[in-house]
Amino acid sequence: MTTATTDLHRPATGPAFQGIGAGRKIKNAVATTLVALAFLVAVVPLVWVLWSVVQKGLQPILSADWWTHSLYGLRPYDDRGGAYHAIYGTVVQALSTALLSVPVGVMVGVYLVEYGAGTRLARFTTFMVDILTGVPSIVSGLFVYALWISILGFGRSGFAVSLSLLLLMIPVVIRTTEEMLRIVPNELREASYALGVPKWKTIVKIVLPTAMSGIVTGVMLGLARVMGETAPALIVGAYASSINLNVFDGNQANLPLLMNDQFANPETAGFNRTWGAAMSLVLIIMLFNLLATVISRLSAIKK
Amino acid sequence: MAKRIDIKDVNIYYGKFHAVDSVTLSVPPRSVTAFIGPSGCGKSTVLRSLNRMHEVTPGARVEGQVLLDGEDIYAANVDPVEVRRTIGMVFQRPNPFPTMSIRDNVVAGLRLAGVKNRKRLDEVCERSLRGANLWEEVKDRLDKPGGGLSGGQQQRLCIARAIAVQPDVLLMDEPCSALDPISTLAIEDLITELKQDYTIVIVTHNMQQAARVSDQTAFFNLAGVGQPGRLVEVDDTEKIFSNPSQKATEDYISGRFG
Repeated sequence: MTTATTDLHRPATGPAFQGIGAGRKIKNAVATTLVALAFLVAVVPLVWVLWSVVQKGLQPILSADWWTHSLYGLRPYDDRGGAYHAIYGTVVQALSTALLSVPVGVMVGVYLVEYGAGTRLARFTTFMVDILTGVPSIVSGLFVYALWISILGFGRSGFAVSLSLLLLMIPVVIRTTEEMLRIVPNELREASYALGVPKWKTIVKIVLPTAMSGIVTGVMLGLARVMGETAPALIVGAYASSINLNVFDGNQANLPLLMNDQFANPETAGFNRTWGAAMSLVLIIMLFNLLATVISRLSAIKK
Repeated sequence: MAKRIDIKDVNIYYGKFHAVDSVTLSVPPRSVTAFIGPSGCGKSTVLRSLNRMHEVTPGARVEGQVLLDGEDIYAANVDPVEVRRTIGMVFQRPNPFPTMSIRDNVVAGLRLAGVKNRKRLDEVCERSLRGANLWEEVKDRLDKPGGGLSGGQQQRLCIARAIAVQPDVLLMDEPCSALDPISTLAIEDLITELKQDYTIVIVTHNMQQAARVSDQTAFFNLAGVGQPGRLVEVDDTEKIFSNPSQKATEDYISGRFG
């Protein structure tokens, strides 16, 4: 006690600043290395995957036949034909999924944020959306099979695939919309009300446009995700080697199904088709993302 | 244009919380009335009850009458949207619509009400921007986003947006609190001009501002923590700042508390 008092009264001696100690230097070096390593661990496989796809998949898709012909009537070792039927199926199924899921998801999101906030129904909906987000894709495929095909008696079709993708997509759209609407400042809503604009018009003309770019990005990411889903397509869709333009009836190929089918083909042609399909899928998803960027640029908040 | 407001025995609640207790006061047309008082005393709440903005908050409600030229805006058959079209509002923080250009911001009220005539919109745009003393600064960049303006310009843009729908009354909720002194001066000059045509009610924390711009001042205070805010006194600004009749008012404006 007494020493402490004397310490306080003793004048400070020595330099006020001391150099960085060896301990801190070592810790800094270790942490920097760890962070850099983690970065490599994350990026290397990513680049590797992309490189493999390009290396093995670029050559097959360079032929014009790839985009204009199906595999109808070709034998496993025939190095001809294309993935036109599967590309068509992927795009059409993705579009019908988007067409159905976006309006439903956005409207639910609007309800949750703008109308239902705090009500029991809203809390229940949020809870269900959380659960739906975690449903494995094969379960949604089984559900659609049970309901759409077994009970309602519709056949397998591209549309049935869309329905099961819908179940995976809607929670994503709801979540995105909800989050994007929540970050729209309340002042904008009030500014609009203060001009004598009714609530619904405020939402449609002020709130949604402000949140638009975020919603579009979220929708596109969700869409990219479900486009690669294979499990539901195996259950409710089933592969066809020929083109089926009707999404509502009969087997319709898509790219994951084509890959699944050709993976079992031991010939070089099968190898090429599988990787070509992978490359096409990556390209289509990139195209969708590019489209999303353009759309969100157009509707972006102007600075 | 420019109608008078009579607030009669207004009580305001947030759910069960009694926020403002029995306010009665009159705002003459073509004048500026300032609401002053410490934070949390209910002055903004009273202001927001004047254009039925208060009820936007879930659970909030108002009892009593607010008469606009004798017509109760809280009567059962009155549409709050109509009320807000008649009584405009400017907020504490400038809040231009971020997706819109300067021009679209100004005419947003009309556009959203369905006016499509390009010529008329352009006329209103110019008139409102001139009215808000902003025209000269932005006339060459009407198509640029409103968010690119300075804070003071954004606030004048918001005033232009509010007067573009030609309201009878203009409510201002601490319109200068986020602005620097020069922009504040610009807004204050503008308020003095606007009172030729509008009835203005302004909430401010700045007592010099109240003294500079208002004709009438209302002092609000809290009886204590958890108690509702109430109107202590309302009188000519000159009288409030020189010879208030209540001790609490004198203490507040002389800086002895609050």
